Amino acid sequence: MSAPGPAAGQGARGARVIRSRTAVLPVADVDTDQIVPARFLTTTSREGLGRALFADWRYDAAGAPRPDFFLNRPEAAGCGILVAGPNFGCGSSREHAAWALLDAGIRAVISTSIADIFFSNALKNGLVPVRADAATCEWLLAHGGAEVEVDVAQGVIRLPDGRESGFVLDPFARHCLVQGVDEFGYLLSRLPDIETWENTRPE
Amino acid sequence: MTALSLFEKIWRAHEVVPETAEAPAILYVDLHLTHEVTSPQAFALLAARGVRLRRPGRTLATLDHATPTESRQVFGGMPIRMESAARQIAALEQNAAASGIELFGLRDARRGIVHVIGPELGLTQPGMTIVCGDSHTSTHGAFGTLAFGIGSTEVAHVFATQCLLQRKPKTLAVDIAGRLPAGTSAKDLVLALIGKIGVAGGAGQAIEYRGPAIRALSMEERMTVCNMSIEAGARAGMIAPDETTFEYLRGRPRAPQGAAWKRALARWQELPGDPGCAFDRGIAFDAATVEPMISYGTNPGMVIPVNGRLPAAGDDSFHKALRYMGFEPGEAIAGKPVDLVFLGSCTNARLSDLRAAAAMLRGRRIAERVRMLVVPGSQQVKRAAEAEGLHHVFTEAGAEWRESGCSMCVGINGDTAGPGRYVVSTSNRNFEGRQGQGARTLLASPATAAAAAVTGRVTDPREFAA
Repeated sequence: MSAPGPAAGQGARGARVIRSRTAVLPVADVDTDQIVPARFLTTTSREGLGRALFADWRYDAAGAPRPDFFLNRPEAAGCGILVAGPNFGCGSSREHAAWALLDAGIRAVISTSIADIFFSNALKNGLVPVRADAATCEWLLAHGGAEVEVDVAQGVIRLPDGRESGFVLDPFARHCLVQGVDEFGYLLSRLPDIETWENTRPE
Repeated sequence: MTALSLFEKIWRAHEVVPETAEAPAILYVDLHLTHEVTSPQAFALLAARGVRLRRPGRTLATLDHATPTESRQVFGGMPIRMESAARQIAALEQNAAASGIELFGLRDARRGIVHVIGPELGLTQPGMTIVCGDSHTSTHGAFGTLAFGIGSTEVAHVFATQCLLQRKPKTLAVDIAGRLPAGTSAKDLVLALIGKIGVAGGAGQAIEYRGPAIRALSMEERMTVCNMSIEAGARAGMIAPDETTFEYLRGRPRAPQGAAWKRALARWQELPGDPGCAFDRGIAFDAATVEPMISYGTNPGMVIPVNGRLPAAGDDSFHKALRYMGFEPGEAIAGKPVDLVFLGSCTNARLSDLRAAAAMLRGRRIAERVRMLVVPGSQQVKRAAEAEGLHHVFTEAGAEWRESGCSMCVGINGDTAGPGRYVVSTSNRNFEGRQGQGARTLLASPATAAAAAVTGRVTDPREFAA
């Protein structure tokens, strides 16, 4: 079976190489309730969720930024790569978590493990989920603000000293990310197969 | 011929296009459930593409997540207090009408939590693939289905194609020997299991729960176990159908009837895994060792027996969790004061759960300091409980008797606990702020929750046993 070609109008989402300083959150099992607290889920839109990102860790009860939270530090401004502890994005299926990260300028998330539903949601939106090895994650967590490269096409993270660390990404997911192909368009293109299958399916 | 597992049989029967190295499988979805919180963006995506909802008969919509549980907001003519919730409800009403989806609206007698109504209507049937924009979709696996939660973009994929792009997960057999001791429940079993394998222990895998302890469970108990599969990080949790499953489904309004029932039954009986079928991984667990469990931390893997002590030491996450909870390492959890008790959610708000709690509360009053919310899993559960007089038991004990919905499990609809409050909850997640900003959740069974309501403290429910 041939891999799908780029969908019209989706090219802007292609992500070959993401080069950025990192923002690090050295916490394990960050659940999607932390990424976007439930009270922000009463929106009917995907836009503007950046303000909800980590809201209960980021702001105090009066709504003032907590200066010690990583995203509130001056050096976090402009960071496009988030490095977090293991099992990032566990819990609720809310896609709002991926939307909020993107809205806040995050384009890749690196962890030793990323929960399945969040991982899938990230890919659907062009946010690059990177499951990296323990040694690389340990180094990244200890060196917040490092300028690193996530090379999606090659499946490699490049550290500032030139070291490279490979990561595994499903070939289809990589193809979609690099070419800016959208999975929805691909699935729609297979409707004839779906129709045939439905018509020949036993009871 | 290869011996196939339950998972493998269902997967193969729904593979429209098998997976290859280059592309994931296209998997057909038999039943799609949807609700007001994760659907609006999916409908918007559909509209943006200019595509129609393809098989409206395979989607059922209900209102649960943001929906009020106060009777006067549901039936009393009082407007829905939260404007944002009212907007989401109105949006689903419009979207469902425009696309021809059946919706159980606010005052519909069949409305309820999405994972409670599917089974009770008989819509959830063995061998199906079932998805919903909600992670607790794993609940339906109790019927021998492959059921899992999806994001809103995937909801749109299902709307438009009735299919999903999926990589096949690995399989994990969880063999549970023995029998649950008296005074323990399916909730205690699954909490103990998550405590053992951890919140990422099931990641990337579809779990099949097997063994005599599972076979001895009722369908409602099996749903509690499968419901929490996602709390172990699993893609899905499932149990092979048997006589218990078939008896539960027989005669349900949306289950096959007459000759169709006989044909369905013959198909369903073929679903259990073949002898000697392989799994990628296996875990053994002994139900006889289970005690009433309670969570002490901020994820469902942080659990101990109610009569036990917190671990004396742990990693950074452990200490962070204890700071949030206001607990000390090594201390006993029994006797900790409780402010609120929540009996509800897709984990534990079916009739048997309400009965278990009512048995503890009958003839008793909840403690002065405690507020208790009882939120039936569906309007049908509510009526069935009322027919048995359970609502009198709850209200006479001093608890609030509500309309069905997700309520304080997710805290979107305004049912929340205040900062620092301790909530003993029959729900599924004790994440920071899950039940309100700063609220502290202790997950437990309905019996343990009811015992805490009476004493105002974390209490071993076996102390209440007759």
